[in-house]
Amino acid sequence: MNTGFTAIPVSERVYWVGAIDWNVREFHGYETGRGTTYNAFLILDEKITLIDTVKAPFFAEMKARIASVIDPAKIDYIVSNHAEPDHSGALPLAIREFQPERTFCSVLGEKNLKAYYGAELPLTPVKTGDSLSLGKSTLSFVETKMLHWPDSMVSYLDTEKILFSQDAFGMHLAGSQLWADEYPEWLLAAEARKYFANILLHLSPKVLALLDELPKLQLDIRIIAPDHGPLWRQHPEWIVQLYRECAEQPMKPRALVFYATMWGSTDQLARMIGDGIRSQGVPVELCSLGVNDRSAIVTKVLESGLVVVGSPTMNNQLYPSVADVMTYLKGLRPQHHLGGAFGSYGWSGEAPKLLQAELGAMGFELPLDPISVKYMPNAEDRERAFDFGVKLAQELLKKTAKA
Amino acid sequence: MKKYVCTICGYVYDPENGDPDNGIAPGTAFEDVPADWVCPECGAGKDSFEPMD
Repeated sequence: MNTGFTAIPVSERVYWVGAIDWNVREFHGYETGRGTTYNAFLILDEKITLIDTVKAPFFAEMKARIASVIDPAKIDYIVSNHAEPDHSGALPLAIREFQPERTFCSVLGEKNLKAYYGAELPLTPVKTGDSLSLGKSTLSFVETKMLHWPDSMVSYLDTEKILFSQDAFGMHLAGSQLWADEYPEWLLAAEARKYFANILLHLSPKVLALLDELPKLQLDIRIIAPDHGPLWRQHPEWIVQLYRECAEQPMKPRALVFYATMWGSTDQLARMIGDGIRSQGVPVELCSLGVNDRSAIVTKVLESGLVVVGSPTMNNQLYPSVADVMTYLKGLRPQHHLGGAFGSYGWSGEAPKLLQAELGAMGFELPLDPISVKYMPNAEDRERAFDFGVKLAQELLKKTAKA
Repeated sequence: MKKYVCTICGYVYDPENGDPDNGIAPGTAFEDVPADWVCPECGAGKDSFEPMD
């Protein structure tokens, strides 16, 4: 019976049997404007093996794709590379229905999966260096602790030269096409950067360490198969290089001004600061938090050497939407940025000082004192804001010229 | 001096090495590490650590 869902061949022995979540637009606070996929892979060898599963509501889709190739009850092994529920949600159901002989995960994966789904889940922990014979091919495991969860690991299939990389090298991009080379490069770059900025930015030092470590394992990798978005077959080094550049976080000669506004005053300051920055030849982008979500802002931060943040003072505090983004940004630990703070106020005007302190604590270099304006900026204030932008842009140009 | 392991991510605090990147000098016993120190791997607090067997 054709249920409509079919498996897509990846290589001689491997099929993609995941699910496409075309319409998801919110993923734990990450705006997934182009949807996503939950990738699962079926290896047909003497031991039939399923690599990762999908988010729980997509179990039927995965099962139907598997059934288009083999009877799912024939699955001997399941490997869970990552315990996050978008990949493990369907695992308890898969174990119950398919009755595999063994289910493998990392040592911390066992702990985390049992915390999610109950201690009775039958799991076999594996470590870096362990391998599993599937018949003609061998699957070997490398733990990647904290990339990006404590339980994370990757698996390598020798006959097909596939690295099943779980969330690493992935992106939130729903599509009918399996391979990255079937999508335009600008789209891959944009979504991969957004994914890195939101999921991996705070782990940049570990990403760099892993990228240095990977070649030492001497794995001949022809295909990188992540758990989200398309797979890499031609030039998988393209995405590896993009990761390196994102993780190194070089200071870029671009600027971002993000801000909230209550009655338009902070918006006026933002526009003046933006014009001042532009006057020095530095490209600048203005983003009001009324219409831009935190995941878009963080993605732009990654591309901007200068980040200027504006907030009205509301009840002596930061404006709530600014506090939201600052909390998110703090956890993602961006490196190598110049910063500045500004805002309009009515009574005592704490917000720019609070912003300055928070940016400083995050490691932003702050060459200027924050600027604040009571109620509505007058001509002099607008000139001050323009000049603020000019000076910050000049500092950025000095820094990036040296680099 | 006893080694301590992070129960969240498995990082091992070895007092012989300390955590110089985060201001903990080699030779600092776990008990003497400041209360606001966090696991350099996963960011969990000191109370997430337990002594290694």
